Amino acid sequence: MSGKPRLTYCNGRGRMEPVRWLLAAAGVEFEEIFLETREQYEKLIKDGVLLFQQVPLVEIDGMKMVQTRAILSYIAAKYNLYGKDLKERALIDMYVEGITDLMQMIMMFPFSPPEAKEKNLESIKERATIRYFPVFEKVLKQHGQDFLVGNKFSWADVQLIEAILTVEEKIPAVLSEFPQLQAFKTRMSNMPTIKKFLQPGSPRKPPPDERYVEIVLKIFKK
Amino acid sequence: MSEKPKLHYFNGRGRMESIRWLLASAGVEFEECYLETKDDMIKLQKGGSLLFQQVPMVEMDGMKMVQTRAILSYIAAKYNLYGKDLKERALIDMYVEALIDLNELLMAHALQPADKKEQHLATLVDKATNRYFPVYEKVLKDHGQEFLVGNQFSKADVQLLETLLTAEECKPDILAKFPLLQSFKARISSIPTINKFLQPGSQRKPPLQEKDLPKVMKIFY
Repeated sequence: MSGKPRLTYCNGRGRMEPVRWLLAAAGVEFEEIFLETREQYEKLIKDGVLLFQQVPLVEIDGMKMVQTRAILSYIAAKYNLYGKDLKERALIDMYVEGITDLMQMIMMFPFSPPEAKEKNLESIKERATIRYFPVFEKVLKQHGQDFLVGNKFSWADVQLIEAILTVEEKIPAVLSEFPQLQAFKTRMSNMPTIKKFLQPGSPRKPPPDERYVEIVLKIFKK
Repeated sequence: MSEKPKLHYFNGRGRMESIRWLLASAGVEFEECYLETKDDMIKLQKGGSLLFQQVPMVEMDGMKMVQTRAILSYIAAKYNLYGKDLKERALIDMYVEALIDLNELLMAHALQPADKKEQHLATLVDKATNRYFPVYEKVLKDHGQEFLVGNQFSKADVQLLETLLTAEECKPDILAKFPLLQSFKARISSIPTINKFLQPGSQRKPPLQEKDLPKVMKIFY
């Protein structure tokens, strides 16, 4: 029996992608089970495997973990990506939560009706360039260190690089006014575990397309 | 200069209420600075105290903390309400995250337009009684202990009590089929710090009234 964490979700980014990023950044190999039909999902529920009848599900260290933030916090703490003390942890949590708000907008985007898409994209661009990116640009500028918190690689760095790359997919020039973030992006992308994750053939999932939206609605919509 | 945490928010529950609950449960006295107008909000934003231009914001231990979950996690860890190890922490996080989901649904109920209220209540009751409450009822039944995790009072117990009481405000008999949740509610309510918080005159906030909604909206939009 494998000791590797096992992820259960659809074959796409959704709420599981930050988990894939964090495990990969920590150098942890994992297995994946992909939900493709409603029947598969209903069976999981019937088998009592999903505490609140929802995925993501991550089987790790004898636990069947659900709730994305719970999963991410556990992984971060286990692999020393959560700072050295309570205050660094608080800073990491603040940064991650802010970025997660931005990522939530991106995650919901493929599911918005066609007539709302342009407006939603504008909102994402505005939030990224006015509310979120300036904060991290300033943090990096002020301490001049390689990483966001405590001069050490942490969950906050992983979440930020994921957000930058994901927003860039939609808005290619989004970092044009943020030189610190550009350098951060290069630096993080060159870290061995992250570089490996960014190669073709890694567990990283492609941007959601219409087919992905269809599958998700088919499996989960009541 | 006061050493007490200082909470910045409007004078109502919203996203700050869970923080008030947790501080109160830990026996920590705190001060509150209420936003009453949009100008108050703008002043706070312009002053550079709000990392992402948003409240809640809690000034504590030299930090200006934002993001509700970050604040709750810090308080829980500081006051030993986060379990004894990583695995207990994971369990607490799972339980709390789901309760936050349910709580958001409950909070949204007051904001529903009249024609959507009934449907929303039906959804809320369905989720509460079929998805969430059975889980906590079973947890308590399976281990037979007083608290949800590790036989020790934690953030999960505080969040569950807060959510149970809020759910009862939406539908008074919502716990009818959950005897262990009923006894949990009575037990946790009688913990001295929590009992104090449940008395009139405490910093616990009442549910948002529809008539107050326009004023709150004006602060933020």
